[in-house]
Amino acid sequence: MKNEVKIHEVDPSLNNRRSFLKLSGLALAGAGLVIAGCSNNDDNDNAPEDTSLPGVRNGIFDLGSGDFGVLTYAYALEQLEADFYTKVVNSSNFNTTFNDIERQVLTDLYHHEVIHRDFFKAALSGALPNPSAQLLPTLAFNYGALNFNSRTDVLATAKALEDTGVAAYNGAGKLIKSPDYLLLAGKIVSVEARHASAIRSLINPNSSDFAGDDVINTSTGLDVAKDPSKILPIAGGFITTKFTAKYLP
Amino acid sequence: MNILKFIETFTDDSLMRSTGSRRDSFNQFGNIGKTLAIAAIPFGLSTFANKALAKDITATPATPIGALQFALTLEYLENEFYAMALDSGVIPASENGGRDRKVFEQIAAHESDHVKFLIAGLGGPASANFVAKPTFDFTVGGAFDPFGDYPTFLALAQAFEDTGVRAYKGQAANLISAPDLLTAALQIHSVEARHASEVRRLRGLKGWISNDERGAGMPSATQAVYNGEGVTVQAGFNTAASFGAAAGSEAYDEPLTTQQVVDIANLFIV
Repeated sequence: MKNEVKIHEVDPSLNNRRSFLKLSGLALAGAGLVIAGCSNNDDNDNAPEDTSLPGVRNGIFDLGSGDFGVLTYAYALEQLEADFYTKVVNSSNFNTTFNDIERQVLTDLYHHEVIHRDFFKAALSGALPNPSAQLLPTLAFNYGALNFNSRTDVLATAKALEDTGVAAYNGAGKLIKSPDYLLLAGKIVSVEARHASAIRSLINPNSSDFAGDDVINTSTGLDVAKDPSKILPIAGGFITTKFTAKYLP
Repeated sequence: MNILKFIETFTDDSLMRSTGSRRDSFNQFGNIGKTLAIAAIPFGLSTFANKALAKDITATPATPIGALQFALTLEYLENEFYAMALDSGVIPASENGGRDRKVFEQIAAHESDHVKFLIAGLGGPASANFVAKPTFDFTVGGAFDPFGDYPTFLALAQAFEDTGVRAYKGQAANLISAPDLLTAALQIHSVEARHASEVRRLRGLKGWISNDERGAGMPSATQAVYNGEGVTVQAGFNTAASFGAAAGSEAYDEPLTTQQVVDIANLFIV
């Protein structure tokens, strides 16, 4: 089975701190939540399935392929970013954990990512032939032992999320067929890159980390681009709602 | 096809040595790129490469090659600007823990890489698709002193980076038929955005653009870089609804057309 996001509920008894990337690299045990629909759509057995459309297949929501698949994939990632920053700015010690500049940046990122999420929801709802069955549901998240009152934890996770977002959009651009959708993705990815740069400067201010050698190839000057199959296992570390991306590369 | 493999193929010896006609070269590009339609190749481009007496650059045709040629011209501009600044000593070496110097050395390295990458992608200097570096005047006839006055340098750096982001975005549709080139352009585009964010923050601004504001301390001549950035409707969705127009516009960067970017770049070309 290709590109199934192996997201599982993090054992709440895990008290040791795990970074975002460590968390995502672990095959944590436990069953993911199967969402929506309960596979009662197995009529039309003889008709070839349109795999470009998102929807529940065999009991699990699949993102589909083509432009709708890519947009739904972006919607999933934006749901994660929006949820994360919503938790950050609402954490009990937000005002004391971060200084003025950091709070301004994190609040802006919260605004931008919520806008991106709501935009994708509205755009997909308007464009999908049957949004009630084809719109990706609201996902559930679990951040495990991530401490939202730890400046280090929050900024490290923000950095990982923003860099992942850049790599995801850069990698998905070539999958988009409509120039209008491509432009919309382009309008968003540069803002994600602006975010990544700002977060990296907060973490390591007097440095070249804003566009560091860990993300920008030192001989070509190119940023990272990754296929969905490389991104989803990373982003999936926090997503407890199970879904598949069998028809995206 | 992997982009590096693509570039490798494209810059192999036989192609570099090729003295064939422009059509032959285009055919090679077409064979390699597969999706690059020969019919769409810009034959008028010779005027671009050979305009020794002309002062301004002109808009490239809306094709994948045109997009790369256009991008190369912008990267020439950025590359020369930062190289001259680093040589001039205008960037303070010790302030902020050496931050400014480190930042612009990193940016300069990327712009130099982008120039080399795009020249290779266009088939090298011997290719008919190659475009030469224009002659730049970053003082705009003496109006600016970017290599003697640091705030002026910073202001122009911000203008160039924010322009770069919008310029690449405006070329995306021209590259949609060439997926490998599109990916490479996106990978440069996000680097320009990282640069823009950092330069803006060095200047005490947010890393993102609120409404269509050019930001405090920016010369009014740079407003063309920011016009049209204040959009708050995306595909019919009102991005200002939840958190206001500033946040709604910040969440999206807008493209510039080829001609709009050419008009900005021509300010600095003699």
